[in-house]
Amino acid sequence: MKSPAPSKTKKLIKEALGNGALRSAVFKATESSALSRQKIIDQIPYWEDLRDKAHLIKKDVIENLSKYLTQFERNCELNGIAVHWASDSAEAQKIILDIAKQNNVTKVVKSKSLTTEEIHLNDFLKANDIESLETDLGEYIVQLNDQIPSHLIIPAMHLSRKDIGELFAKKLGVEYTEDPAQLLLTARKILREKFLAAEMGITGVNFAFAANGSFCVVENEANAHNTLSLPPIHIAVMGLEKIIPDVSMLPYFLKLLPANATGQKSSTYVNFIGGPTGSAYGEGPEQIHIILLDNGRTKILKDPVLRESLYCIRCGACLNACPVYQQIGGHAYGWVYMGPIGSVLIPQFLGEKEGRLSPFLSSLCGACTTVCPTKINLPHHLLTLRSRIVDSGNSKFIERNAIKIWSKLGSNAKVYRLMSRIASFFQSKLFFNSPLRVPGYNKERQFPLIHSEGFRARFLKMNGDKKNG
Amino acid sequence: MKVSLFIPCLTEHFFPSSGISMVKIFRHLGIDAEYIEDQTCCGQPAFNSGYRHEAVPLAEKFIRLFREKEYIIAPSGSCVSFVKNNYKELNISDELKPALKNISDRIFEFTEFLVDVMKIENLGGEFNHTVTYHDSCHLLRELNIHDQPRKLIRAIKNINFIEMNSADTCCGFGGTFSYKFENVSVAMTEQKCKNIEASGAEYCVGADSSCLMNIEGFLRKHKMNAKTIHIADLLAESLKL
Repeated sequence: MKSPAPSKTKKLIKEALGNGALRSAVFKATESSALSRQKIIDQIPYWEDLRDKAHLIKKDVIENLSKYLTQFERNCELNGIAVHWASDSAEAQKIILDIAKQNNVTKVVKSKSLTTEEIHLNDFLKANDIESLETDLGEYIVQLNDQIPSHLIIPAMHLSRKDIGELFAKKLGVEYTEDPAQLLLTARKILREKFLAAEMGITGVNFAFAANGSFCVVENEANAHNTLSLPPIHIAVMGLEKIIPDVSMLPYFLKLLPANATGQKSSTYVNFIGGPTGSAYGEGPEQIHIILLDNGRTKILKDPVLRESLYCIRCGACLNACPVYQQIGGHAYGWVYMGPIGSVLIPQFLGEKEGRLSPFLSSLCGACTTVCPTKINLPHHLLTLRSRIVDSGNSKFIERNAIKIWSKLGSNAKVYRLMSRIASFFQSKLFFNSPLRVPGYNKERQFPLIHSEGFRARFLKMNGDKKNG
Repeated sequence: MKVSLFIPCLTEHFFPSSGISMVKIFRHLGIDAEYIEDQTCCGQPAFNSGYRHEAVPLAEKFIRLFREKEYIIAPSGSCVSFVKNNYKELNISDELKPALKNISDRIFEFTEFLVDVMKIENLGGEFNHTVTYHDSCHLLRELNIHDQPRKLIRAIKNINFIEMNSADTCCGFGGTFSYKFENVSVAMTEQKCKNIEASGAEYCVGADSSCLMNIEGFLRKHKMNAKTIHIADLLAESLKL
């Protein structure tokens, strides 16, 4: 599960669909998340204006990314925050390891960050004898279960209370309980000790401000607050696209993000990081590092259409709205980003070969784009990526030729009509007028009958009757 | 008034009655419906599967046939939306591009045409059954058609209209998605059919043959009670046409 496997999505889907407990947990959780989201939005009459505004801000940022990043870097340095650029996972890992080694770090606490999932940081640190512990409750649970998050916001969405109770009993040696409050207390007790012992805290970044070189981390459990304030070193790993021009634009996102992510009017904590101890804003740890991670983002940036996928603020609303995600959960997508936005990001990050199935794992229903806080046209991008995958030769031979033939036949009305007569003939002679068997479609669904007298024939007859009568 | 019928592949081959019902309703309303015999597929299956080059000749053929028409009406939101919203993504010949604008402005889904263009909400029919309505995705989210079919249904005398849970959730068809990811597609269809059954409706009304084909296929295979009906068939039946 830990290495990217979007090309194995069919196998993963089969596993997910066969897991009744997972399906029921995911279905219930996505439904209730979507409902609580709607309740909040119903109280915000200017919701659509917020989305428009967020779209425009992100558009400006993405169109002028290098300008904003350069400004951010300069201002961070003035604030005493060390800025590191990482072009890929390996570089980001090395930067973190070097900082850890220079400071004799052996114990790390982390708060929830998809960007660090993207670079497989936990596994990497573990391989280098550094303990790296997730402190968001959901992340802690999936880490304990040796998994990655199955949802952008609710990492353990795929697990039931019972699953978690059993996991805690097995891994932590506590008495089995399904009571969330008891489970929380168990985790809290362990995490408290870890926070106090940690020599380094690693977080992600929700929004970074170019104008003053500071950034913020949005959360509900105060674990991020502890992660970035208790240990003497703080490293923040940030995708290049997380920048916004200045803090005056944050309020739009602080409305959009919690409503969409967790159905809250506002998040419980917004941590602002302005600099280490002794600097102008001087309340932070002794050292603050920020890693600006590319890892394929500048490649996406080059595409004038698909670069819109960098507007994503990782709120997870498109997952909850997606009827495909509702059935299969997040692990079936085979990567750290899942659901509609995952299907758009996967081929762009991992290539058209590895990601050849992802954009097709959608019925193109468009529910995702109606909830997206930055109005990313997800179905449009899925369609664009489908055509890129076909054009790059990553579609199936049979399909390619079948569609070519269909296109030729459809271009000629006479041939088209002849084909439908042939199909109807086959149905009557080979299937004795029972519906055609269509492999890959009708295991659970009856295929309809082809009418020997189609619309055209009936219409002409009807018109003839009218004329004659 | 004259309308030109755009009959999608599924209507032509599998559900010709819905097309005929639409014609009967137009006649009932005194609207002249013409049918261009040379029409074939609009190209949506090719486009949605990633084969844009293969969709071009089909789109060009469609544009040539329909370029001069005043109103182009189809009993399918998905095909209308494809022509209206996605033809512009195709590399069609320059000579046809100006005609595309005209087509986009003049193509309508059947219920949209009745309610928004003709301003007709009550056709005066009667239907003594309980029905629910499934919002087809492209109809709802690409053409913004939500109220129009509901208005037409509610206006039918003696009809008992019930909203099902998650009426606007996809039925799982999604064109080639339905066979590429058959198991996911079926899981979605099952959920939809459960919602239809739970509503207590005898009929699930829809305005897109593809969704109805998918839902009906599951209902029959699993011997469930509800049936599907295309809105054109419902209206024609309510008027005893």
